[in-house]
Amino acid sequence: MATDLDIILKKYKQGKREELIPILQEIQEELGYLSEEAIVKVGGFLGLSTTKIYGLATFYDRFRFIPSGKIKVSICHGTSCFLNGSQSVINKIKDEIGVLPGQTTRDGNFSYEIVSCMGGCHNGPLINVNGEYHAHIKAEQLPELIKRLKYVIEND
Amino acid sequence: MLFTIQVNNKKIKAEKGETILSALNRNGIIIPTLCRMKEFTPTGACRMCVVEVDGRDRLVTACSQPVEEWMKIKTHSPRVIQARKTIVELLLSNHPDDCLYCDRNLNCELQRLSEELNIRERRIRGRKIKPRLDQSSPAIVRELSKCILCGRCVRVCEEVVTATSLDFINKGRETHVGAAMDRDFNFSSCIHCGQCVLVCPTGALHEKHNINEVQEYLHKPDIIKVIQYSPMVTVGIAEELGMRYNREFDKILNAVLRKIGFDKIFTTGTGTDVCITEITSQLSEKIDSNSQIPLYLSACPAWVKYAEQFIPSLIPQLSTVKSSQQITGVLVKTLVAGQLGVKPEDIFSVSATPCMAMKFEARRDGMMRKGISDVDAVLTVRELVRLIRLYGIDTTNIEHEPADEPMANRSSSAVLAEVSGGLVESVIRSYHYLKLKKEADKQLFKKLRSGGVFREASVPVGEIELKVAVVDGLTGLEKLKASIASGKKYDLIEVMTCPGGCVHGAGLPFSSSKDEIRSRSKLVYQADDTEAINLPCKSPTLINLYEKLLKENIDIADKKIFYTHFERKNVLL
Repeated sequence: MATDLDIILKKYKQGKREELIPILQEIQEELGYLSEEAIVKVGGFLGLSTTKIYGLATFYDRFRFIPSGKIKVSICHGTSCFLNGSQSVINKIKDEIGVLPGQTTRDGNFSYEIVSCMGGCHNGPLINVNGEYHAHIKAEQLPELIKRLKYVIEND
Repeated sequence: MLFTIQVNNKKIKAEKGETILSALNRNGIIIPTLCRMKEFTPTGACRMCVVEVDGRDRLVTACSQPVEEWMKIKTHSPRVIQARKTIVELLLSNHPDDCLYCDRNLNCELQRLSEELNIRERRIRGRKIKPRLDQSSPAIVRELSKCILCGRCVRVCEEVVTATSLDFINKGRETHVGAAMDRDFNFSSCIHCGQCVLVCPTGALHEKHNINEVQEYLHKPDIIKVIQYSPMVTVGIAEELGMRYNREFDKILNAVLRKIGFDKIFTTGTGTDVCITEITSQLSEKIDSNSQIPLYLSACPAWVKYAEQFIPSLIPQLSTVKSSQQITGVLVKTLVAGQLGVKPEDIFSVSATPCMAMKFEARRDGMMRKGISDVDAVLTVRELVRLIRLYGIDTTNIEHEPADEPMANRSSSAVLAEVSGGLVESVIRSYHYLKLKKEADKQLFKKLRSGGVFREASVPVGEIELKVAVVDGLTGLEKLKASIASGKKYDLIEVMTCPGGCVHGAGLPFSSSKDEIRSRSKLVYQADDTEAINLPCKSPTLINLYEKLLKENIDIADKKIFYTHFERKNVLL
């Protein structure tokens, strides 16, 4: 993992603070999250305190600080999806998976997040599972979907 | 360039380039501020200082807006007052409102503002922040539920202390002030200097109280209660009790402490004298061996932690002499215990200090022997004042009493160590006297006493020239670094975390304005100019300690108890 970080950092100029967000984005892209190790390393690289980096990164919803699950669900909570009942979808997922948005289950299988708009307003409520969109999702369909996903993980 | 502006239908003089607020204040017009800190660039974050400017649709923040010639300003129009009131009401909407139990009760800026703005009912109800209490640090407690996000602590920690241990985390309603990875404070790069506590307008940051512990022990009959206090404590207490400080006040404090129930009262100044003496001999050794390595003074515990975590390469250059509190503490548990014929664990040793990092220092590795701490509890000046009030002692009508031997007196050098540049001056004066048997001219130290965050001087001692640097507040470290990088060599370097030295310590009363800090420094220099015993080696207390007491006691005769070690600290930087 450390080598991954080094490869990313090599592309940037040391001490150039304005590169912070691009660096963090790339690390997140590569590792899936911003680990403590990564933040410390970037801090040393740019001459910034970890407190500052963490403070900045937590401002943006996009950055996460724990690895996401093998199954990563994004639920659209934009105006249109909200009107079509995305809240009940969110509630159901919370019940089924048992963690809060942004968190990952202990076994590392599931994580979900709530996003503002995924641009499929006529198809709401919209969810995205590992890059695949599911339109017009209803809360009742979720147990079945999650069961299927679990099966996929267990037999992968 | 001066010009006239109109404020509340009156003409006042304003200076080009200054802010509206500064022009108003100079002309005796007071408007409330909250996030503002003098000497800092304004942020205009809290909007408390808004004023109405003719021709502007929106209210403007007086703290950040420069004055202009055409301005017609209203500082207390109904619109302005309504806006300020709403701001405070919004701040109060999710506040815990437990003022009666709060550390800052009667001394809180939010409380004062809501009183000044005549807020008498709760108009806005917000969801309260869940109380998150972080008591992990040995020195500083964070009560996030009381935080109003003014950001003063964040700025002080970054711009004055340079430890940058605090920042805003998350956004919107979730925003709070915290350390890296939102960890508890003891895992952070916090150096416990407490400057954030001094600037916190509410009770969100305060010192960890040891007062209950002290009270509990005060009632234990089999325990010998010992307290030491440093010279700045008396000054702080006189301030807090509204009395004038002079040397006699020490004796009043002695009597007060005895009434509270302390059996033995010592002055930390004796420890400082020992500290100066030991550093002097380290310096002497260094000069004799012609070593090029500078000697960094380690009397400031916050600086020591800073060095341990940020500049570990410096650790071998730190003087291993303990700080005055710990030297006094160790003497209490060894020498005094021996004299009294009790076991060290039967002594409860309290220290009153103007410093918050001392609370952390007393818990450090190497500050205890066989599991028994040298200093059991550390009280800030504010806590000691509370203790005095708690016991209802009338300080105006009390007899003067001396402190207890073997640590009853100090030299004026020990007082001098409370200001930035003072310890280094004391050490050189001692060294001068040691080598040449005559006192150094005080004019030699003029350059070390004032003038910026980084000061340097070359002090002649006989044949040699001592190169000395003083870092007054950690912002001066950059200049020191640059100076060393440019090839300059120093023999002795003093670093103090709090700007100005211990006179600006975080344990002193809250209302510390710049003037007050200056007047504290003045008292220190005054003491040094007027007191007869101005060098540790002239103090009978110290002579008795070194020539008699230490030699008689085999366990401590090697003076090893005055020394400690430092090591690299791994924290999130």
